[in-house]
Amino acid sequence: MRAVVTLLRRDLLLAFRRRSDVATTLFFFLIVASLFPLGVGPEPAVLSRIAPGVLWVAALLAGMLSLTRMFASDFSDGSLEQMLIAPQPLPMLVIAKVLAHWIVCGLPVVLLAPMIGLQYALPNDALLVLVLSLLLGTPALSLIGAIGAALTLGVRGSGLLIALLVLPLYIPVLIFGAGAVAASQHGVSAEAHLSLLAAFSLLSLVLAPFATAAALRISVE
Amino acid sequence: MNINWFKYSSPQTFYPLAGRMIPWFAWIAVIFAVIGLYISFFIAPTDFQQGEAYRIIFVHVPAAWMSMFIYMVMAGWAALGLSLNARLPAMMAQALAPTGAIFTLLALVTGSFWGKPMWGTWWVWDARLTSELILLFLYLGFIALQSSIDDPRKADKAGALLALVGVVNVPIIYFSVKWWNTLHQGSTISMGAAPKMVTTMLLGMLFMALAFWMYTIAVALMRVRCIMLERERASDWVKVLLLKATGGNA
Repeated sequence: MRAVVTLLRRDLLLAFRRRSDVATTLFFFLIVASLFPLGVGPEPAVLSRIAPGVLWVAALLAGMLSLTRMFASDFSDGSLEQMLIAPQPLPMLVIAKVLAHWIVCGLPVVLLAPMIGLQYALPNDALLVLVLSLLLGTPALSLIGAIGAALTLGVRGSGLLIALLVLPLYIPVLIFGAGAVAASQHGVSAEAHLSLLAAFSLLSLVLAPFATAAALRISVE
Repeated sequence: MNINWFKYSSPQTFYPLAGRMIPWFAWIAVIFAVIGLYISFFIAPTDFQQGEAYRIIFVHVPAAWMSMFIYMVMAGWAALGLSLNARLPAMMAQALAPTGAIFTLLALVTGSFWGKPMWGTWWVWDARLTSELILLFLYLGFIALQSSIDDPRKADKAGALLALVGVVNVPIIYFSVKWWNTLHQGSTISMGAAPKMVTTMLLGMLFMALAFWMYTIAVALMRVRCIMLERERASDWVKVLLLKATGGNA
């Protein structure tokens, strides 16, 4: 457990020292979300209709862009190998890495989302559901993304490859996440969607660290 | 009785065995395809609702079956290769992936040919169509990952892990897409609502499925032979084989 905390603190410190990495993820999210009104027109009715899907897809892509960084620097400076031979169980260390990635790349998007939701003319209760759904769903994105990041470690053109591997696996999160917001817009309770989203996140919390650990061992041998 | 189950688990012994098996499976595939096509074009009655155009399902449905079945088989080989750390199962998984992707594509294309006259549109975001499309993405991801890792052993293991992750996700994706579909649009079109199928139609579909199955085995064996030669080109048995094939001029 101490190792998890130490690793988490180290990763957060590293991210804090290079703040521009966090900013690029956020700006990407912001820019993608601002492109859609320019593309489809500024009518509030249309915008609030497409808002759940657009915001979720933008969050998905922003989270995915930063995935390649999750293990890359540790891989190149050799600290990843130290983690592999450390006495602590590798899946636990993976959880620490994923948690750090989520705090750096997922949480800011969650916090920024309601502001963009306002620009998309989302009503207040839908905004709340949007934040809630992102809060429940983005950890699953980081967890599943970690498998892709570990598999493509040190591979040619890993940035594009990771999209091909990870995006199909993100589909359930997108469906339930955007579905929750859409449901609350239509006046239906979003509880079912949110429950399923939480269930999916918990399931990936149980399974993904082991798959990621196995993938890391394959990639670094 | 003492059978050596692992006799054919090395590429060296499996290569000639695969070579002997290919013609059998290929011919059985041809025979089944001829029977299946004969039934589907000449014996199966014309559907009173859908006319003659429905006959594309004799290709479409077996292709869709095979696309899902091959992914399962591929993941099975991948798991075997990963757990035993063996070469041959991983090669089989690699050999199956392109055939699976082709069947998925075939199912999608024939489905849209069928959809145009029946539904009046090439594509609907029906749960089954969407899942099939996602299955194609999973196949492509597997192929792309394997081909972008240079070390074949590493590529095998990474691909195997991806296939296993995919297998865990396939049911989740299927049900989430199904649920998404029922929420977004009512069941305006349902393929399950077709009237009860005539026995001859089912028979034709069955023969076509068997033909596709045998074809898959034959093609996968051919491909695995190529993979073996390519990967083991430095080994002695491939050199001996080459010497024999070229009459000692290699």
